[in-house]
Amino acid sequence: MESENNHHEEQEHSSTGLSHKKLLMWAFLGSDCMFFAALIATYLVNMGNNPAGTPFPEDVFSIPVTSVSTFVLLMSSLSMVLSYAALSQNRMKAFRIWLLSTVILGATFVGFQIFEFNDFVNHEVEVHCSDLANDSKKERLTDLQIKIGTEKCLDGIDEVSEKVPLTPQVNLFGSTFFTLTGFHGGHVTFGIIWLFSLLLYSFRGKVTPLNLDLAALYWHFVDIVWIIIFTVVYLFGVFPGY
Amino acid sequence: MSKKTTNEVNEVETQEHNHPTASKYFIIALILSVITAIEVGIFYLEFLSYAIIPILSVLSIGKFTLVIMYYMHLKFDSKLFSGLFLTGLILASSVTITLMVLLNWFQSR
Repeated sequence: MESENNHHEEQEHSSTGLSHKKLLMWAFLGSDCMFFAALIATYLVNMGNNPAGTPFPEDVFSIPVTSVSTFVLLMSSLSMVLSYAALSQNRMKAFRIWLLSTVILGATFVGFQIFEFNDFVNHEVEVHCSDLANDSKKERLTDLQIKIGTEKCLDGIDEVSEKVPLTPQVNLFGSTFFTLTGFHGGHVTFGIIWLFSLLLYSFRGKVTPLNLDLAALYWHFVDIVWIIIFTVVYLFGVFPGY
Repeated sequence: MSKKTTNEVNEVETQEHNHPTASKYFIIALILSVITAIEVGIFYLEFLSYAIIPILSVLSIGKFTLVIMYYMHLKFDSKLFSGLFLTGLILASSVTITLMVLLNWFQSR
Protein backbone atom coordinates (compact mmCIF):
# COMPACT_ATOMS: atom_id res chain seq x y z
CA MET A 1 0.00 0.00 0.00
CA GLU A 2 1.21 3.50 -0.85
CA SER A 3 0.53 4.83 2.64
CA GLU A 4 2.13 1.83 4.36
CA ASN A 5 5.34 2.31 2.35
CA ASN A 6 5.42 5.94 3.42
CA HIS A 7 4.80 4.92 7.00
CA HIS A 8 7.93 2.73 6.94
CA GLU A 9 9.98 5.45 5.24
CA GLU A 10 9.32 7.88 8.05
CA GLN A 11 10.62 5.53 10.75
CA GLU A 12 13.97 6.84 11.89
CA HIS A 13 16.47 5.96 14.55
CA SER A 14 16.60 8.26 17.55
CA SER A 15 17.95 7.84 21.06
CA THR A 16 14.57 8.79 22.55
CA GLY A 17 12.53 6.57 20.25
CA LEU A 18 10.62 9.67 19.21
CA SER A 19 10.51 11.42 15.86
CA HIS A 20 13.08 14.21 15.62
CA LYS A 21 10.74 16.23 13.43
CA LYS A 22 7.94 16.03 15.97
CA LEU A 23 10.29 16.90 18.81
CA LEU A 24 11.48 19.93 16.85
CA MET A 25 7.90 20.99 16.13
CA TRP A 26 7.03 20.92 19.84
CA ALA A 27 10.18 22.94 20.63
CA PHE A 28 9.13 25.47 17.95
CA LEU A 29 5.60 25.71 19.34
CA GLY A 30 7.02 26.27 22.83
CA SER A 31 9.16 29.14 21.50
CA ASP A 32 6.23 30.56 19.49
CA CYS A 33 4.31 30.75 22.80
CA MET A 34 6.91 33.28 23.95
CA PHE A 35 6.53 35.28 20.73
CA PHE A 36 2.77 35.62 21.19
CA ALA A 37 3.14 36.19 24.95
CA ALA A 38 5.33 39.23 24.23
CA LEU A 39 2.75 40.58 21.74
CA ILE A 40 -0.18 39.97 24.14
CA ALA A 41 1.67 41.62 27.05
CA THR A 42 2.55 44.61 24.86
CA TYR A 43 -1.10 44.91 23.83
CA LEU A 44 -2.37 44.74 27.42
CA VAL A 45 0.09 47.34 28.64
CA ASN A 46 -0.63 49.81 25.83
CA MET A 47 -4.30 49.28 24.91
CA GLY A 48 -5.55 51.99 27.26
CA ASN A 49 -2.85 54.62 26.62
CA ASN A 50 -4.65 56.45 23.84
CA PRO A 51 -5.28 60.13 23.14
CA ALA A 52 -8.87 61.32 23.63
CA GLY A 53 -10.90 61.31 20.45
CA THR A 54 -9.35 58.11 19.10
CA PRO A 55 -11.06 54.70 19.19
CA PHE A 56 -10.76 52.39 22.20
CA PRO A 57 -11.54 48.63 22.14
CA GLU A 58 -15.16 49.18 23.26
CA ASP A 59 -15.71 51.53 20.30
CA VAL A 60 -14.78 49.08 17.57
CA PHE A 61 -15.04 45.44 18.71
CA SER A 62 -18.07 43.41 17.66
CA ILE A 63 -18.27 40.41 19.99
CA PRO A 64 -20.97 38.55 17.97
CA VAL A 65 -18.84 38.68 14.78
CA THR A 66 -15.66 37.59 16.58
CA SER A 67 -17.56 34.80 18.37
CA VAL A 68 -18.59 33.37 15.00
CA SER A 69 -15.01 33.51 13.67
CA THR A 70 -13.81 31.84 16.88
CA PHE A 71 -16.35 29.07 16.35
CA VAL A 72 -15.15 28.66 12.75
CA LEU A 73 -11.54 28.23 13.90
CA LEU A 74 -12.58 25.71 16.58
CA MET A 75 -14.43 23.68 13.93
CA SER A 76 -11.33 23.76 11.72
CA SER A 77 -9.46 22.05 14.55
CA LEU A 78 -12.14 19.35 14.60
CA SER A 79 -11.84 18.76 10.84
CA MET A 80 -8.04 18.70 11.22
CA VAL A 81 -8.07 15.85 13.77
CA LEU A 82 -10.65 13.97 11.71
CA SER A 83 -8.38 14.32 8.69
CA TYR A 84 -5.44 12.95 10.71
CA ALA A 85 -7.55 10.05 12.02
CA ALA A 86 -8.66 9.20 8.45
CA LEU A 87 -5.08 9.21 7.12
CA SER A 88 -3.90 7.03 10.02
CA GLN A 89 -6.56 4.49 8.97
CA ASN A 90 -5.56 4.88 5.30
CA ARG A 91 -8.99 6.28 4.34
CA MET A 92 -7.65 8.64 1.70
CA LYS A 93 -10.98 10.04 0.46
CA ALA A 94 -12.11 10.97 3.99
CA PHE A 95 -8.64 12.40 4.69
CA ARG A 96 -8.85 14.70 1.66
CA ILE A 97 -12.41 15.82 2.42
CA TRP A 98 -11.60 16.73 6.03
CA LEU A 99 -8.33 18.40 5.05
CA LEU A 100 -10.10 20.49 2.39
CA SER A 101 -12.72 21.39 5.01
CA THR A 102 -9.95 22.59 7.30
CA VAL A 103 -8.48 24.75 4.53
CA ILE A 104 -11.91 26.25 3.76
CA LEU A 105 -12.67 26.93 7.44
CA GLY A 106 -9.20 28.48 7.89
CA ALA A 107 -9.76 30.71 4.85
CA THR A 108 -13.16 31.68 6.25
CA PHE A 109 -11.49 32.73 9.50
CA VAL A 110 -8.99 34.88 7.58
CA GLY A 111 -11.94 36.33 5.63
CA PHE A 112 -13.57 37.33 8.93
CA GLN A 113 -10.32 38.97 9.98
CA ILE A 114 -10.06 40.94 6.72
CA PHE A 115 -13.71 42.01 7.15
CA GLU A 116 -12.98 43.10 10.72
CA PHE A 117 -9.82 45.04 9.78
CA ASN A 118 -11.69 46.76 6.95
CA ASP A 119 -14.51 47.65 9.35
CA PHE A 120 -12.04 49.15 11.83
CA VAL A 121 -10.24 51.18 9.18
CA ASN A 122 -13.59 52.62 8.01
CA HIS A 123 -15.09 52.83 11.49
CA GLU A 124 -17.91 55.31 11.99
CA VAL A 125 -19.25 56.35 15.40
CA GLU A 126 -22.99 57.03 15.60
CA VAL A 127 -24.73 58.83 18.45
CA HIS A 128 -28.46 59.31 19.06
CA CYS A 129 -28.58 62.80 20.53
CA SER A 130 -31.52 61.91 22.81
CA ASP A 131 -29.26 59.34 24.58
CA LEU A 132 -27.10 62.16 25.94
CA ALA A 133 -30.06 63.59 27.87
CA ASN A 134 -31.08 60.22 29.34
CA ASP A 135 -28.78 59.19 32.24
CA SER A 136 -29.36 55.43 31.95
CA LYS A 137 -28.71 55.52 28.19
CA LYS A 138 -25.74 57.87 28.58
CA GLU A 139 -24.06 55.34 30.89
CA ARG A 140 -23.97 52.87 28.01
CA LEU A 141 -22.26 55.30 25.63
CA THR A 142 -18.49 55.14 25.22
CA ASP A 143 -16.30 58.17 26.01
CA LEU A 144 -15.81 58.70 22.28
CA GLN A 145 -19.58 58.69 21.62
CA ILE A 146 -20.12 61.21 24.43
CA LYS A 147 -17.33 63.43 23.08
CA ILE A 148 -18.70 63.38 19.52
CA GLY A 149 -22.29 63.77 20.73
CA THR A 150 -21.42 66.73 22.96
CA GLU A 151 -19.60 68.48 20.12
CA LYS A 152 -22.07 67.79 17.32
CA CYS A 153 -25.53 67.41 18.85
CA LEU A 154 -27.01 70.83 18.33
CA ASP A 155 -30.67 71.83 18.61
CA GLY A 156 -32.92 69.96 16.22
CA ILE A 157 -30.42 67.19 15.34
CA ASP A 158 -31.56 63.64 16.18
CA GLU A 159 -28.49 61.65 15.22
CA VAL A 160 -24.87 62.44 14.46
CA SER A 161 -22.04 60.34 13.09
CA GLU A 162 -18.34 60.81 12.54
CA LYS A 163 -15.76 58.70 10.79
CA VAL A 164 -13.14 57.67 13.37
CA PRO A 165 -10.86 55.12 11.72
CA LEU A 166 -8.72 52.71 13.71
CA THR A 167 -5.40 52.12 11.99
CA PRO A 168 -1.98 51.11 13.36
CA GLN A 169 -0.94 54.78 13.23
CA VAL A 170 -3.90 56.24 15.15
CA ASN A 171 -3.02 55.16 18.69
CA LEU A 172 -1.21 52.49 20.73
CA PHE A 173 -4.33 50.33 20.89
CA GLY A 174 -4.38 50.26 17.07
CA SER A 175 -0.64 49.57 16.76
CA THR A 176 -0.58 46.68 19.24
CA PHE A 177 -3.94 45.23 18.17
CA PHE A 178 -3.07 45.08 14.46
CA THR A 179 0.41 43.71 15.24
CA LEU A 180 -0.93 40.93 17.48
CA THR A 181 -3.91 39.86 15.38
CA GLY A 182 -1.98 40.47 12.15
CA PHE A 183 0.76 38.06 13.20
CA HIS A 184 -1.87 35.53 14.24
CA GLY A 185 -3.59 35.95 10.87
CA GLY A 186 -0.19 35.46 9.21
CA HIS A 187 0.24 32.19 11.10
CA VAL A 188 -3.22 31.04 9.98
CA THR A 189 -2.46 31.98 6.36
CA PHE A 190 0.82 30.04 6.48
CA GLY A 191 -1.08 27.08 7.93
CA ILE A 192 -3.63 27.22 5.11
CA ILE A 193 -0.84 27.15 2.50
CA TRP A 194 0.87 24.24 4.31
CA LEU A 195 -2.36 22.19 4.55
CA PHE A 196 -3.29 22.91 0.93
CA SER A 197 0.19 21.80 -0.16
CA LEU A 198 -0.29 18.53 1.76
CA LEU A 199 -3.64 18.07 0.03
CA LEU A 200 -1.99 18.44 -3.38
CA TYR A 201 0.93 16.20 -2.37
CA SER A 202 -1.51 13.50 -1.28
CA PHE A 203 -2.47 12.97 -4.94
CA ARG A 204 1.18 12.08 -5.61
CA GLY A 205 1.25 9.71 -2.62
CA LYS A 206 3.76 11.80 -0.71
CA VAL A 207 1.80 12.50 2.47
CA THR A 208 2.61 10.45 5.56
CA PRO A 209 0.82 10.51 8.94
CA LEU A 210 3.92 12.17 10.42
CA ASN A 211 3.85 14.97 7.80
CA LEU A 212 0.21 15.61 8.55
CA ASP A 213 0.76 15.34 12.30
CA LEU A 214 3.33 18.17 12.16
CA ALA A 215 0.96 20.40 10.21
CA ALA A 216 -1.90 19.46 12.56
CA LEU A 217 0.15 20.42 15.62
CA TYR A 218 0.87 23.81 14.03
CA TRP A 219 -2.80 24.27 13.13
CA HIS A 220 -4.04 23.44 16.64
CA PHE A 221 -1.43 25.83 18.01
CA VAL A 222 -2.89 28.78 16.08
CA ASP A 223 -6.26 27.70 17.46
CA ILE A 224 -5.11 27.78 21.11
CA VAL A 225 -3.43 31.15 20.57
CA TRP A 226 -6.77 32.46 19.28
CA ILE A 227 -8.56 31.01 22.33
CA ILE A 228 -6.35 33.26 24.48
CA ILE A 229 -6.64 36.28 22.14
CA PHE A 230 -10.44 35.99 22.03
CA THR A 231 -10.70 36.11 25.82
CA VAL A 232 -7.90 38.53 26.68
CA VAL A 233 -8.12 40.94 23.74
CA TYR A 234 -11.79 40.89 22.78
CA LEU A 235 -13.86 39.92 25.83
CA PHE A 236 -11.65 41.62 28.43
CA GLY A 237 -11.02 44.51 26.01
CA VAL A 238 -14.69 45.48 25.81
CA PHE A 239 -15.33 44.87 29.53
CA PRO A 240 -15.62 48.29 31.20
CA GLY A 241 -12.93 48.89 33.79
CA TYR A 242 -10.50 46.27 32.52
CA MET B 1 18.74 5.83 7.97
CA SER B 2 18.45 2.73 10.09
CA LYS B 3 15.11 1.22 11.00
CA LYS B 4 13.59 1.58 14.42
CA THR B 5 13.75 -1.30 16.87
CA THR B 6 10.61 -3.38 17.35
CA ASN B 7 10.04 -1.77 20.75
CA GLU B 8 10.23 1.70 19.29
CA VAL B 9 7.81 0.86 16.48
CA ASN B 10 5.46 -0.70 19.03
CA GLU B 11 5.64 2.43 21.15
CA VAL B 12 4.63 4.64 18.22
CA GLU B 13 1.84 2.25 17.19
CA THR B 14 0.56 2.01 20.77
CA GLN B 15 0.46 5.81 20.94
CA GLU B 16 -1.49 5.98 17.68
CA HIS B 17 -3.96 3.35 18.87
CA ASN B 18 -4.46 5.27 22.11
CA HIS B 19 -5.55 8.40 20.23
CA PRO B 20 -9.24 9.27 20.68
CA THR B 21 -11.87 7.98 18.27
CA ALA B 22 -13.75 10.24 15.84
CA SER B 23 -16.79 10.27 18.13
CA LYS B 24 -14.64 11.50 21.00
CA TYR B 25 -13.26 14.27 18.76
CA PHE B 26 -16.85 15.36 18.05
CA ILE B 27 -17.66 15.37 21.77
CA ILE B 28 -14.59 17.54 22.48
CA ALA B 29 -15.66 19.95 19.68
CA LEU B 30 -19.15 20.11 21.21
CA ILE B 31 -17.69 20.90 24.65
CA LEU B 32 -15.44 23.60 23.12
CA SER B 33 -18.42 25.15 21.31
CA VAL B 34 -20.54 25.11 24.48
CA ILE B 35 -17.74 26.74 26.51
CA THR B 36 -17.40 29.46 23.82
CA ALA B 37 -21.16 30.06 23.93
CA ILE B 38 -21.02 30.27 27.75
CA GLU B 39 -18.12 32.75 27.49
CA VAL B 40 -20.10 35.02 25.19
CA GLY B 41 -23.26 34.61 27.31
CA ILE B 42 -21.44 35.44 30.54
CA PHE B 43 -19.97 38.51 28.89
CA TYR B 44 -23.46 40.03 28.60
CA LEU B 45 -24.41 39.34 32.27
CA GLU B 46 -23.72 42.77 33.71
CA PHE B 47 -24.45 41.79 37.34
CA LEU B 48 -21.32 39.61 37.36
CA SER B 49 -19.20 42.76 37.10
CA TYR B 50 -15.51 42.03 37.78
CA ALA B 51 -16.29 38.35 38.53
CA ILE B 52 -16.33 37.73 34.77
CA ILE B 53 -12.53 38.11 34.64
CA PRO B 54 -11.71 34.96 36.68
CA ILE B 55 -14.68 33.09 35.17
CA LEU B 56 -13.63 33.84 31.58
CA SER B 57 -10.00 33.06 32.45
CA VAL B 58 -10.93 29.62 33.81
CA LEU B 59 -13.15 28.85 30.80
CA SER B 60 -10.40 29.94 28.42
CA ILE B 61 -7.79 27.79 30.20
CA GLY B 62 -10.26 24.89 30.05
CA LYS B 63 -10.58 25.22 26.25
CA PHE B 64 -6.82 25.58 25.89
CA THR B 65 -6.24 22.42 27.94
CA LEU B 66 -8.82 20.38 26.02
CA VAL B 67 -7.22 21.26 22.67
CA ILE B 68 -3.65 20.48 23.72
CA MET B 69 -4.58 17.29 25.58
CA TYR B 70 -6.93 15.72 23.03
CA TYR B 71 -6.46 17.41 19.64
CA MET B 72 -2.69 17.80 20.00
CA HIS B 73 -2.54 14.37 21.70
CA LEU B 74 -0.35 15.48 24.63
CA LYS B 75 -2.41 13.25 26.91
CA PHE B 76 -1.39 10.21 24.85
CA ASP B 77 2.06 11.13 23.50
CA SER B 78 5.48 11.13 25.12
CA LYS B 79 5.97 13.25 28.24
CA LEU B 80 8.99 14.79 26.51
CA PHE B 81 6.65 16.65 24.12
CA SER B 82 4.63 17.94 27.08
CA GLY B 83 7.84 19.02 28.80
CA LEU B 84 9.07 20.96 25.77
CA PHE B 85 5.77 22.73 25.25
CA LEU B 86 5.13 23.46 28.93
CA THR B 87 8.63 24.90 29.31
CA GLY B 88 7.83 27.39 26.53
CA LEU B 89 4.40 28.07 27.98
CA ILE B 90 5.73 28.74 31.49
CA LEU B 91 8.45 31.01 30.10
CA ALA B 92 5.82 32.78 27.99
CA SER B 93 3.57 33.33 31.02
CA SER B 94 6.57 34.65 32.95
CA VAL B 95 7.41 37.05 30.09
CA THR B 96 3.82 38.34 30.08
CA ILE B 97 3.62 38.86 33.86
CA THR B 98 7.11 40.40 34.04
CA LEU B 99 6.36 42.88 31.24
CA MET B 100 3.09 43.84 32.89
CA VAL B 101 4.75 44.34 36.28
CA LEU B 102 7.66 46.30 34.80
CA LEU B 103 5.29 48.58 32.89
CA ASN B 104 3.08 49.16 35.94
CA TRP B 105 0.00 47.53 34.41
CA PHE B 106 -1.32 46.26 37.75
CA GLN B 107 -1.00 49.65 39.51
CA SER B 108 -2.91 51.40 36.73
CA ARG B 109 -5.98 49.11 37.20
